Amino acid sequence: MEKTLAKYFPVFVLPTLIAFMIGFVAPFIMGIGLSFTEFTTVSDAKFVFLDNYVKAFTTTGFLDALWFTTKFAIVSVLSVNICAFLLALLLTRGMKGTNFFRTVFFMPNLIGGIVLGYIWQLILNGVLAQFGVTLTYDPKYGFWGLVILMNWQMIGYMMIIYIAGIQNISDSVIEAAQIDGATPFKIITNMIVPLVMPSVTICLFLTTSNAFKLFDQNLALTAGSPSDKTVMLALDIYNTFYGRVGWEGVGQAKAVIFFILVAMISLPQLVTTRKREVEE
Amino acid sequence: MQKRNKVLDTTLFIVAILLSIAFIFPIVIVFINSFKGRFFISDAPFSLPTSETFVGVTNYIEGLVKIKFLSAFGWSTFITVFSVIAIVICTSMTAWYIVRVKNKWTSMLYYAFAFSMIVPFQMVMFTLTKVANTLHLDNPFGIIIIYLGFGAGLSVFMFAGFVKSIPLEIEEAAIIDGCNPIQTYFLVVLPVMKPTVITVAILNTMWIWNDYLLPYLLIGTEYKTVPVAIQYLKGGYGSIDMGAMMAMLVLAIVPIVIFYLSCQKYIIKGVASGAIK
Repeated sequence: MEKTLAKYFPVFVLPTLIAFMIGFVAPFIMGIGLSFTEFTTVSDAKFVFLDNYVKAFTTTGFLDALWFTTKFAIVSVLSVNICAFLLALLLTRGMKGTNFFRTVFFMPNLIGGIVLGYIWQLILNGVLAQFGVTLTYDPKYGFWGLVILMNWQMIGYMMIIYIAGIQNISDSVIEAAQIDGATPFKIITNMIVPLVMPSVTICLFLTTSNAFKLFDQNLALTAGSPSDKTVMLALDIYNTFYGRVGWEGVGQAKAVIFFILVAMISLPQLVTTRKREVEE
Repeated sequence: MQKRNKVLDTTLFIVAILLSIAFIFPIVIVFINSFKGRFFISDAPFSLPTSETFVGVTNYIEGLVKIKFLSAFGWSTFITVFSVIAIVICTSMTAWYIVRVKNKWTSMLYYAFAFSMIVPFQMVMFTLTKVANTLHLDNPFGIIIIYLGFGAGLSVFMFAGFVKSIPLEIEEAAIIDGCNPIQTYFLVVLPVMKPTVITVAILNTMWIWNDYLLPYLLIGTEYKTVPVAIQYLKGGYGSIDMGAMMAMLVLAIVPIVIFYLSCQKYIIKGVASGAIK
């Protein structure tokens, strides 16, 4: 069969391959190349070697965005995962209305980043109006606004993964522990947590890479205000590309650094997923 | 013991109810405000409309006219539906081929697809736009090819994972019965892959429907999708017509909620099994 099928390459692979070349391979290679050049329209590229990378790190903006994004990632990854895990415990007790609760908690995940950003802009500005300020008055409001938004969006998603993990634990193990006199707290910390470690790994990687890649929510909620103090990495790259003529090369260099950063976060995840597939 | 559990259960049930209310609250507030005059929203979003602030469906009409929401909705639907169909058919065929035909080219392709999954959009944002412009793919038809290309990684990866678990015997039987590979694929392989087809379709629908940056950069000036149209409401200098904004947010959320409630079983399952990216 393999030999017959091999002849059908143009039917089975070519359409995807052509689209993949246009939509990924060519732009990716061009992107790497252009990060070492100064350009405004691709065709006028002039080789400048590492100039763009030096500029990326020495001008203000990028490092601030990196620091802001890292802080944001740490806080939101922890809060999202703790909340999601607790909700998963709550919804695996066979409680009445479990399906309804799961439906509600997951729903925000389906709403797009732009829409989410404007929903929370309304809510948070409404709350802050009681104190006579707005979301863009102080960067810390924007920071916590993004954390709250991220939690609202991601908790339900991570909860679903944790629920699947908890449901995989066989009841007999838990029952045996109960008969041996383990307290519910002991069962959670000494049995459930270690047994759902694979789910914890998936969720930590997913939330971290999503936190680093956040763009739409950032654009809609604060757009970086006040004075670019709440700009995250992806938005900073966007602003460098489209906000300053002549800085496209620097934008591309920032994008390459951003890619390396995100790849370092996502690669272990990909490798574990693939390994798990092979073992199955 | 039994009694204590009951108290605990009731407490947790109440906690769950309160949390559900907290989760739905923002959407309800947006809905309520969509019926208030534009100047009564920002300062007091938590107050109900009064006879003074209630404006009926004015905001909806204003929004529909201002950003041509219906046309945005049409383009979003068109692009999402056809991109997802293209992705499902093309990438599942490719995945089957590269798993079944073993040579160094197919394994290289496999790793290239897998690699593309970890590349963030910003990395190719500028160059992809240039390539698409040069090839005249900057229209609602061309963007389908771009979605297929940029989204192929995850989908090929997921289909390939599933193909590995399909026993070869089924396909060999079809070949012996006289099917050519195309018939074998559509009559035997594709039906077996149905669970993954649903997962891939749902993940890509969620991505493409909500995507902002790619349609904005590629076709944003001429053809606006829903997220692009909503962002467009913001205007140049940060002055937002809050009334129209609220109404359009409601119109953007309603179809998603309907879609979610009508196939939530598949969505939740699909999202759980597609938790890679």
